[in-house]
Amino acid sequence: MSNVPVELKYAKTHEWTRENDDGSVTVGISDSAQDQLGDMVFIELPEVGQTVDAAEACAVVESVKAASDVYAPLGGEIVEVNEALADSPETVNEDAFGEGWLFRMQPADIAEMAPLMDADAYETFLASEAH
Amino acid sequence: MPFIPHSETDIREMLAAIGADDVEALFDEIPANLRMGELSGVPEGLIEQDIARLMMERAEADGRPLCFMGAGSYDHHIPAAVWEITTRGEFYSAYTPYQAEASQGTLQLIYEFQTMMTQLTGLDVSNASLYDGASGLAEAILMAVRANRKSKSRRILIPTTVHPDYRKTSHTIVHNQNIELVDVPYCSEGGNMVPDSLKHYEGEDITAVVIQHPNFFGILEDVDALTDWAHQQGALVIAVANPVSMALLKPPGAWGATGADIACGEGQPLGVPMMGGGPYFGYMCCKKEYVRQMPGRIVGRTVDRDERVGYTLTLQAREQHIRRSKATSNICTNQGLLVTAATIHMALLGAEGLKRVAQACHANTRKLVAALTASECVEPVFNRPYFHEAVLRLSLPLDNVMRPLHAHNILPGYALTKDYPELGDALLVCATEKRSDEDIASYASHLQRIINSQTAAGCPVKPKMA
Repeated sequence: MSNVPVELKYAKTHEWTRENDDGSVTVGISDSAQDQLGDMVFIELPEVGQTVDAAEACAVVESVKAASDVYAPLGGEIVEVNEALADSPETVNEDAFGEGWLFRMQPADIAEMAPLMDADAYETFLASEAH
Repeated sequence: MPFIPHSETDIREMLAAIGADDVEALFDEIPANLRMGELSGVPEGLIEQDIARLMMERAEADGRPLCFMGAGSYDHHIPAAVWEITTRGEFYSAYTPYQAEASQGTLQLIYEFQTMMTQLTGLDVSNASLYDGASGLAEAILMAVRANRKSKSRRILIPTTVHPDYRKTSHTIVHNQNIELVDVPYCSEGGNMVPDSLKHYEGEDITAVVIQHPNFFGILEDVDALTDWAHQQGALVIAVANPVSMALLKPPGAWGATGADIACGEGQPLGVPMMGGGPYFGYMCCKKEYVRQMPGRIVGRTVDRDERVGYTLTLQAREQHIRRSKATSNICTNQGLLVTAATIHMALLGAEGLKRVAQACHANTRKLVAALTASECVEPVFNRPYFHEAVLRLSLPLDNVMRPLHAHNILPGYALTKDYPELGDALLVCATEKRSDEDIASYASHLQRIINSQTAAGCPVKPKMA
């Protein structure tokens, strides 16, 4: 079983979100997602200042096997991206929930977090997807 | 073994398995008015003897004119070995080499092609080819829109000195994708795009600037100033360049302070016969930072687990078999056979040989311009340096001169009257390394005789400026 931190919220498209003290939200892909994609070779990140809608494709993670879109779990403005991933995309494989974060956004409406899954629900979701 | 994979029995079994009555039923969801129906106008098949005769007759209809026409397709000498080697069984396919384990020879050849193209353009990476120069520019524009993420305008500045066919093709391919191609006029004295004409766009959001060098008129553009201006505006620079010219001129990767970002163009001058217009192939190179936005196949070199060198397709996550609808294009290596010829052509000539070809073309075109403008009725239109083409204006109707020259089996050049009516009776001429002094003298003397016969007392329209 992959580890699923309880303090995060999850989307069905396998992004995780963390609410920060300043009201911003950090976004990454789950450990399960990185495991399925395999060794990362390139991460295409959004532009700082870019406004995105919930469920809009705003980043691409490319592994040796596939390239997948990353969807914004909620709408808002991108305020920071993880520049370090340009030189070391493998960080997403090594620490998907920590150093491998993709971008930080200022949500337009924090209520959009509500439909996201908690850790338990996400684990159940992962188990159902495995079948 | 036949190459038709499905027998009638196979087809019946497959239809039964999915519960369809016939193959036609599989297309039910396509509305009838969108279906092609029967192809009309396709004649009955011919036996080999008949088709060979027909093709021979068509080829002979071309004749063997003395060619002073360029305008995008050039009559270069192709060493006999080029197509002798290209058509060997081992190379004789245009098919995409997916299977690295079965295609090392072809993959190595494409890798060498890419290496040669990066050396010619002075850029970091090359793809394995595109369809032709015109669609290559359209692909470069689409790529620039993807790559220039700071720009939101999707506006491309494209001088009217870019090949008219390239501009039309680009327009066709990009205009439904909300990309705006903005024409930039050329200087009537120089025939080039002057940096001053761009002042108007200063401070605006421009996604990319296209620079063809030498441009359609053969004129050298002020590439350093134009490139630097574009970069100051946050625009990418797309170079369109004749590969032979790059052996002599500053390559796109060295334009301005930081070089052009993407280079593309027509590969025909590298070992592909003129062949009545095609098939040709396009090339594309770019800076490494943009490689993931590049269309087309890319071959890479690697080592296997025993540390032996091997070649394989790489960066395939850009491509349609992985990225599906979001792929950077649907280009494969359709033009692989022509790329094979180009690689062998460049290998036989070498860097020095290609440079000498370029020098000979330039020298011959200078001789041609001198010989033709010796007539009082012919004058050069532009005053800027040119590579191997030049625009000449006649002081009598172009048609009256071209028809008799055709009758003497001379292709006098490309008439610019349709694409550039403002230039009057203007002709774009070219003399490659194949044109001898005798060829040039023959053209000049026929031209003078025709002019004399039509203008009893010399130039009828206006005296030539001193």
